[in-house]
Amino acid sequence: MANQQVVVVGGGLAGLAASMKLAEAGIHVALISMVPVKRSHSVCAQGGINSVNDYTRQQGDNEWKHFDDTVYGGDFLQHQPPVKEMCDWAPRVVDLLDRLGVPFNRTAEGFRDQRRFGGTLYKRTAFAGATTGQQMIYALDEQVRRWEAEGLVDKYEYWEFLGPIIDDRGDCRGVVAQDMFSMEIRSFPSDAVVLATGGNGLIFGRSTMSMICTGGAAARAYMAGVDYANGEFVQVHPTAIPGTDKLRLMSESARGEGGRVWVPRRPQDDRDPTSIPPGERYYFLEERYPAYGNLVPRDIATREIFDVCVTQGLSVESGRMCVYLDVSELPADTHKKLDGILEIYEKFQGADPRVVPMKIFPGVHYSMGGLWIDFEKNETTGGLVLGSTRNQHSNVPGLFVIGEADYQFHGGNRLGANSLLSCIFSGLIVAPSIENRLNSLANGAAADQAASMFEGAATIHQEQMDSLIKNQGDENPYTLQLELGDWMTRQCTVVRNNKDLAALLEKIEEFKSRFDRISLSDRSNWTNQNFSFARALGDMILMARVMAEGALKRDECRGAHFKPEFGIPAPDAQDPAELRRQAQAWCQAFKKKNEQWLKTTRARYTPQGPEFSYEEVDTSLIPPRPRTYGLTGAEIIGEVWAEMSRDASNEPPKAVASAAGGSSA
Amino acid sequence: MSKSFKVRILRQADPNSGSHWETFNVDYEDGMNMTTVFQRIAADPVTTEKQPTVPVAFDSCCLEEVCGACTMVINGRVRQACSALVDALLEESPDAIEVRPMTKFPVVRDLVVDRHAMFESLKCVKAWVHVDGYYDLGAGPRLAPQVQEEAYPLSRCMTCGCCVEACPQFSDKTGFIGPAAISQAILFNLHPTGRVERDDRLGVLTGPGGIADCGNSQNCVKVCPKEIPLTDSIAKAGRDTTLYKLRQWFGR
Ligand SMILES: Cc1cc2nc3c(=O)[nH]c(=O)nc-3n(C[C@H](O)[C@H](O)[C@H](O)COP(=O)(O)OP(=O)(O)OC[C@H]3O[C@@H](n4cnc5c(N)ncnc54)[C@H](O)[C@@H]3O)c2cc1C
Ligand code: SF4
Ligand code: SF4
Ligand code: FES
Repeated sequence: MANQQVVVVGGGLAGLAASMKLAEAGIHVALISMVPVKRSHSVCAQGGINSVNDYTRQQGDNEWKHFDDTVYGGDFLQHQPPVKEMCDWAPRVVDLLDRLGVPFNRTAEGFRDQRRFGGTLYKRTAFAGATTGQQMIYALDEQVRRWEAEGLVDKYEYWEFLGPIIDDRGDCRGVVAQDMFSMEIRSFPSDAVVLATGGNGLIFGRSTMSMICTGGAAARAYMAGVDYANGEFVQVHPTAIPGTDKLRLMSESARGEGGRVWVPRRPQDDRDPTSIPPGERYYFLEERYPAYGNLVPRDIATREIFDVCVTQGLSVESGRMCVYLDVSELPADTHKKLDGILEIYEKFQGADPRVVPMKIFPGVHYSMGGLWIDFEKNETTGGLVLGSTRNQHSNVPGLFVIGEADYQFHGGNRLGANSLLSCIFSGLIVAPSIENRLNSLANGAAADQAASMFEGAATIHQEQMDSLIKNQGDENPYTLQLELGDWMTRQCTVVRNNKDLAALLEKIEEFKSRFDRISLSDRSNWTNQNFSFARALGDMILMARVMAEGALKRDECRGAHFKPEFGIPAPDAQDPAELRRQAQAWCQAFKKKNEQWLKTTRARYTPQGPEFSYEEVDTSLIPPRPRTYGLTGAEIIGEVWAEMSRDASNEPPKAVASAAGGSSA
Repeated sequence: MSKSFKVRILRQADPNSGSHWETFNVDYEDGMNMTTVFQRIAADPVTTEKQPTVPVAFDSCCLEEVCGACTMVINGRVRQACSALVDALLEESPDAIEVRPMTKFPVVRDLVVDRHAMFESLKCVKAWVHVDGYYDLGAGPRLAPQVQEEAYPLSRCMTCGCCVEACPQFSDKTGFIGPAAISQAILFNLHPTGRVERDDRLGVLTGPGGIADCGNSQNCVKVCPKEIPLTDSIAKAGRDTTLYKLRQWFGR
């Protein structure tokens, strides 16, 4: 394996985990990242990482239950073997992080402390203060720095990935990247490429994600032939602080401790909110859901806040959508408990939430969709064949994808604290798969390929850059991105309908033609951020189409994809016999919906637009069942579904779990 | 009718050019921070003299003061642009907000500087836990909550550079590794497994550019956005290196 080199693009948790594991195996890694890896988006994660642990085990928890919660929370859209393998590994992943020095919070006796997150009944989440992601990325960054000092990792920080190099046979032979300071473009020949480039929240303008989360890298891989899967599945967090540049997460605990959500009854009432009398305030969650009040499940909270602002025009401000999340009337000792999160608000909004209501709005938070990858099921364990060259391998041979950039682990909806896990897990398991691929390269090593192929690839990107820099026109990339974000947020996030999605697709075509008339104010050839941003905007417009068209085509509700036109009406009759009949109809409709839509969306690039196909989901381990949390008639649906499953199999049915419809953090 | 305010920015096209000031009028928005200001300027880069110019280059990523990318000197004080709110900045300096790049690192362009040296210092002090490998070897060492509470604040260092910018002893000429790296050495010496390389770290801190270069002016701790007790780390490093030297003299 001498002289063989692997390129890892992206130094978030996933990319760092892969790099250190490859280096441990003696494989040389070139690690390419737009930002110094220590500054990657993963630092933003606050909440924690899930795994079964000694404590939950004694309460009856086990890996299977973690697996079950994950696929149930994901509305059964994910292939089950990789998820099972991930949940089996979770305790080991957290142990490893612990050994690497992540300062997890401790109990009095010195064990790791755990907290409970959405979508489960168990305290599975390990955490390090309020900065778990930061602490984890630092631990991995330190390991990779050690390998760098030992000469097994070369870092290319402030380098931007422009595209994979694909030979005549269709094999990936390396990447083209650009130095973001000198603007030099060059090829990196390599025998395997790993993309770990994260999510694409910036397509929605402002989101809870970081500035680098344009999804540009995934778009470039997609354009080069890697399929994109489940693009329409985008997670929205109900409570984010709408800043002028970013939506910053506001933890659910504000509502947990008694915070109330409201808007003035008079649209855009400009009085000081504390002076608006109670009768003129619309506590819409409390009015609409008397039983749950402000603590409705996250997806419902998100939809209602969205509805009040977008459909009813009751946003607190006219220029910006937001509602009040009010903790100002809570007692001082409650404020004390919430200090950590209230400080974030204060720091970035410059207002004290102990005195004035906070302004919040749902924010795009996580991309469940991503580049398509394969896996190999282990028929004995139900998990994966570890080391199989199929694991995390895209449809382009030699190109692997891990972390938020892949589509594998979270189905229609991600559970809180499961993403840090999937990022590290996929990073760790991709290494032996790559090792095996390197040992069995069928068509020779990259080093043996003609130099002209690598030069040619770099030249193409150079020409594209030159033409964009020279482009003359009347369009400004910054204003165009704001418009794109605004349209995507309005039409393609929380509530979707086919009329709006069709209009959005037309608009995206318009954005595309306007992009051709883009003009840069900076045409220089040194650290040109104006250019870099404009190039990524082209990618965002490309992927917006994949997401919007995927959403238009998927006529159902599943996980984060909510299209009420195609919802199944919940049983609500008073008469028990009628209620049962309705529940039977509901279950029949649910079954039919799964037959049609329990499928992975797979988009393939063509110059005319994405070509869609739909692929069976591997549900061989846990049969899909209705996700009924928060639905009226949940109980009767559960009963009827159990009967139907019993009739179908004769096996004792699994009860419909009533764990919270999971979400995010 | 919208309010606007002035921002003066020290600009530099590339490492070899001289620098010059440019002033911009920016429309005020509620709750605006400095990263937004740069974005708005980028959308319409025209100076107050109506001169068309180019967007201001700046580093950023998380926009929530946790990645350390966007450090610069604003109104004379080193800090993160993403958590610097316009309202407060205008109170400090009503005529114009003044922005310049950090001075302790080479300027790449405008507000972007090259902080590579800080990451190199982390290599020098072996800022990592040297584990046997990444296979499953069980849980890490049990750790008293008190130790976690000591380690966690140090572990929040985001290599942002505020402390070294403020440190009178740090420059590319002195070779001083700076307060952040010293504090990281202490962090890894606290860890039960990290301790194995303790003497290597103390050896570096004893050598040239190490702890002896600190003049104890305490500027660093005042500007650290994460309120890391840098002077405590420095004091501890002083004690530990003394003991280390004694151990060396007496052959351990
Ligand atoms: C506010 C917030 C809180 C969260 N909290 C939690 C939590 O508590 N628990 C949990 O499990 N999950 C949480 N998540 C989700 C989780 O943080 C992310 O899914 C995860 O960190 C993604 O890691 P990654 O390694 O895939 O990518 P990232 O960390 O996003 O890293 C991407 C890397 O790719 C590089 N890159 C991108 N494009 C290019 C290019 N073109 N060229 C070169 N390099 C490129 C970047 O430089 C970067 O190094 C949270 C997310 C947010 C937004
Ligand atoms: S205390 Fe030492 S490290 Fe801190 S600013 Fe003063 S000289 Fe620099
Ligand atoms: S110690 Fe504080 S100021 Fe210094 S680099 Fe770390 S976070 Fe920044
Ligand atoms: S952008 Fe991360 S600290 Fe400011």
